[in-house]
Amino acid sequence: MTDETTSRVHTTAPVRLARQIRGLSDRAVAWIFIAPTIFLLLAINIFPLIWTIRLSLTNYRANRTSADLEWVGLRNYQRILNDPDIWNSMQATAHFLLWTLVLQVLIGFTLAYLINKKFRGNDMWTTIIVLPMMLSPAVVGNFWTFLYQPQIGLFNYVVGFLTGADPSSFSMIGDVALAPWSIVIVDTWMWTPFVMLICLAGLRSIPDSIYEAAECDRASKWRQFWTITIPMALPFLMLAVLFRGIENFKMFDLVVQLTGGGPGSITELTSINLKREAFEKWRTGYASAYAVILFVTVFGLASIYVKALNKVKER
Amino acid sequence: MSYSVTDPSPRQKWTAGTLVVAYALITLLPLLWIIATGFKSPSDAIAYPPKVIFEPTLEGYVNLFTTRTRMSPDALSALGEPATWYDRIVRQYDMVISGPSRYGERFLNSVIIGFGSTFLSVFLGTLAAYAFSRFKVPLKDDLMFFILSTRMMPPIAVAIPIFLMFRQLGLSDTHLGMILLYTGVNLSLSVWLLKGFIDEIPVEYEEAALIDGYTRFQAFTKVVLPQAATGIASTAIFCLIFSWNEYAFAVLLTSGTAQTAPPFIPTIIGVGKDWPAVAAGATLFLVPVMVFTILLRKHLLRGITFGAVRK
Amino acid sequence: MKTSHYLLATAVSAMAGLGATSAMAEDLTLCWAAWDPANALVQLSKAYEEQSGNTMNFEFVPWPNFADRMLNELNSGGQLCDLMIGDSQWIGGAAENGHYLKMNDFFDANDIKMSDFIDATVTGYSEWPKNTPNYWALPAFGDVVGWTYRKDWFDRPDIQAEYKTKYGHDLGVPDTFDELKNIAEFFQGRDIDGTTVYGASIYTERGSEGITMGAMDVLYSYGFLYENPDKPYDMEGFVNSPGAVAGLEYYKALYDCCTPPGSSNGYMSEGIDAFKSGQVALQMNFAFTWPGFESDANVGGGKTGYFVNPKGPDGKQFAQLGGQGISVVSYSKKQDAALDYIKWFAQPEVQAKWWSMGGYSCLKAVTLDPSFPESQPYAQTFLDSMAVVKDFWAEPSYATLLQDTQRRFHDYVVAGNGTAQQALDGLVNDWTETFEDDGKL
Repeated sequence: MTDETTSRVHTTAPVRLARQIRGLSDRAVAWIFIAPTIFLLLAINIFPLIWTIRLSLTNYRANRTSADLEWVGLRNYQRILNDPDIWNSMQATAHFLLWTLVLQVLIGFTLAYLINKKFRGNDMWTTIIVLPMMLSPAVVGNFWTFLYQPQIGLFNYVVGFLTGADPSSFSMIGDVALAPWSIVIVDTWMWTPFVMLICLAGLRSIPDSIYEAAECDRASKWRQFWTITIPMALPFLMLAVLFRGIENFKMFDLVVQLTGGGPGSITELTSINLKREAFEKWRTGYASAYAVILFVTVFGLASIYVKALNKVKER
Repeated sequence: MSYSVTDPSPRQKWTAGTLVVAYALITLLPLLWIIATGFKSPSDAIAYPPKVIFEPTLEGYVNLFTTRTRMSPDALSALGEPATWYDRIVRQYDMVISGPSRYGERFLNSVIIGFGSTFLSVFLGTLAAYAFSRFKVPLKDDLMFFILSTRMMPPIAVAIPIFLMFRQLGLSDTHLGMILLYTGVNLSLSVWLLKGFIDEIPVEYEEAALIDGYTRFQAFTKVVLPQAATGIASTAIFCLIFSWNEYAFAVLLTSGTAQTAPPFIPTIIGVGKDWPAVAAGATLFLVPVMVFTILLRKHLLRGITFGAVRK
Repeated sequence: MKTSHYLLATAVSAMAGLGATSAMAEDLTLCWAAWDPANALVQLSKAYEEQSGNTMNFEFVPWPNFADRMLNELNSGGQLCDLMIGDSQWIGGAAENGHYLKMNDFFDANDIKMSDFIDATVTGYSEWPKNTPNYWALPAFGDVVGWTYRKDWFDRPDIQAEYKTKYGHDLGVPDTFDELKNIAEFFQGRDIDGTTVYGASIYTERGSEGITMGAMDVLYSYGFLYENPDKPYDMEGFVNSPGAVAGLEYYKALYDCCTPPGSSNGYMSEGIDAFKSGQVALQMNFAFTWPGFESDANVGGGKTGYFVNPKGPDGKQFAQLGGQGISVVSYSKKQDAALDYIKWFAQPEVQAKWWSMGGYSCLKAVTLDPSFPESQPYAQTFLDSMAVVKDFWAEPSYATLLQDTQRRFHDYVVAGNGTAQQALDGLVNDWTETFEDDGKL
């Protein structure tokens, strides 16, 4: 059928006329096609967002519907910005973001660089490496608590085997110093392949001819890496960082299953903190203000970042 | 030298290959451990040092699908010999099977909600993507960005008003509510991905069809859809995987009737850590996604970057 | 004679049931925590299914997720559960927000008297406001934090001798918390039959209520009070009294010195595991776990002993109340059938059977029966513990109060941040803020 239609591309007839005569106008089709999507997004995303902003100005509690609703203005915002616990959460999130991004970029790029050496079977091994990131973070995170058990856990055993430490002498999840790393390790295990895949696409987009030209100029491999490979792959790397950054700022499922925010509140990321406020303490108004602040933060940071990304791309 | 200057030397290839394979094996270890633990007995699962070689048993799977009650030895001997192989497994622990567990229902909920929302989001997404790809839509870029930005919101933040909305509409803990919610979340992905796929189909095909006397709608269904079939299929799988894996909304908005597997599996553990049952539940839940990942490997990059990187 | 009495009661209640539900067979769902007593209730309820024709479904959620999931269900107005065996502290919120049906009329109409139930359980599980005759639940399962110990280890002459030379007194059931810590220290890292064992398993769980239940269990006996007895919600100097600070310091010391590795996030099921696997000499846990130890292959058959929460430095002795009442969810469309189930459950015969199956009945007719203390090795300990119970806030804001406590205690005890004084001062601030938000201060 496609052949048949293509063969008629050249018969130039009054296309517009035909469209108008038969069936709906393009404009109508366009709106009919787009409307349900926009409607659903309005209902599931925008309407709730507006509602959240409204709630954030009240003292509403979702578990006490009979209580009087009181407008409190910006008091919720004021309280949140002055709450040291929330700043601790922000700090925990920043630590988590920084280290997962650094590790994932380093390991992910290295892996992509190695895979790009096109050894035999690189496709198959790439697919294997990618597996963890497609799995349910909650289910996998829950199982990692088992791997992290002192003594009987596989992780502790392997670390003990390699370092000679007693596998029951340390608890990744229970120790204040180790817990922040326990979540970084699992997130890195899961999401390094994401960075790797994007970097691989970046490396593969660099035409061989550029290297060949550099080779003619007798540029060293080291120099080629820093003047060709890195700059050419940078937009891809930055894109990967954008995606991972947004995802990890929202991080909830994996960490809630791994540490639940503990010990104490060392690994209580903002999403976990928000969940406690909204769905355990049921301070709906307060939590709404918190949600708005988080949204503005992620949106603001992402916008600035995208501007920077576009600049890099233009170069 | 037979290879070009840009081609890595065999030694480089060998080194790179070894390192990558080593990483892949390490990364695979936790997954293999999940699958292996599912076939261990509870005491093997918590043995020290961790057991690599063990006698496989289906205890974990039996425990996953049943609820059991402890009985006194007298009551047990009164029951006579166990009738089936799974009765026999349970009887070793002085227990009898008292009924099925909730795992089957939760798994089914995952299937219903996953497929329902996938169908809806791909259906609506294809329509919208086609319109964005082919027509002059006012504020197109803004709309497209708006669609993407919905993905930036932390799910917990979105869940607050959704919780209230569902309560008002009676959608709490219902399949319909979860399908609509996941559709809303997945739409951004499906519109962006499908727009990319449809952009790649030459416009000329449809124009020819229109000249041929097709209506716009016929051109869409008879020309564009078949061409976009691969794209639609891989988009569908990405949507399915998202709904399948989703946890935050599920744990906050469902409690029983419509609860999916991810919030349920961590609770299998119950009284006395039954890791083999948890591992068995996780295995059954994760393996389909692993298979899909292998099938999808060519489109993976596109899917995870919302079509921003197309190779 | 007993059988005829039983038959009569069954016949009467069957007829009453007929009247109430007009013999319509209903599908009822009962929601509770996933634990041993719940499995026993499934067995117990089979008799009800046969007798009433109603079908019983059960939705059991593990403890760490129980409050979270079920309060979410109630707050969303869900109809998943017709009957709810909800935790004691929910009662204030469930009553004030209309989640539970008020039971007074039902009790009156069916001649169910709250005076027939253990007083502490009526106050703890049924009343809101506390100490007023407004009932929202029927006491269903009595529970209290107590301790188990490895009797077989305590009885070994070599261990006894070594303990005596080290601490100067006999090894036995500890009378005070100081003695308890000595024992825990003594066993910590000890080699028993070739395996390394540890001192004590205590509650440290962060997510739901674990560490609060455990620490409060100690703090009460050290002089902690929730509020000024003469002035409600006045907490300064009561919550953070010198005694309370000493109690929290004790809890941290016990955690630091004498718990098995990886005990940073343990609650009931971790305690059961640690004790059954022979890892610990002492274990803090709710009484519900005790029947399971008696029948266990490793620690059953007389190897396990039970004792009431020890005394604090001033000789005060209290224990943390657990346990639940059974309520009818107000969003249920099958309230009549649900009430019918409660009516069946409240009968003395059913309650007696409930106890025999491992369910801690709250009915005085069962617990005051002369044969009760002898009926199980832990029965007397249970009664003694129930006599000294205290419970956490049951205010509508209990979840907020609890989450703040969890955070403060875990931060101090497990994560080791700050001092006990700072933790309790902080708690006074948190709680004051919550009560101010509620308009109670």
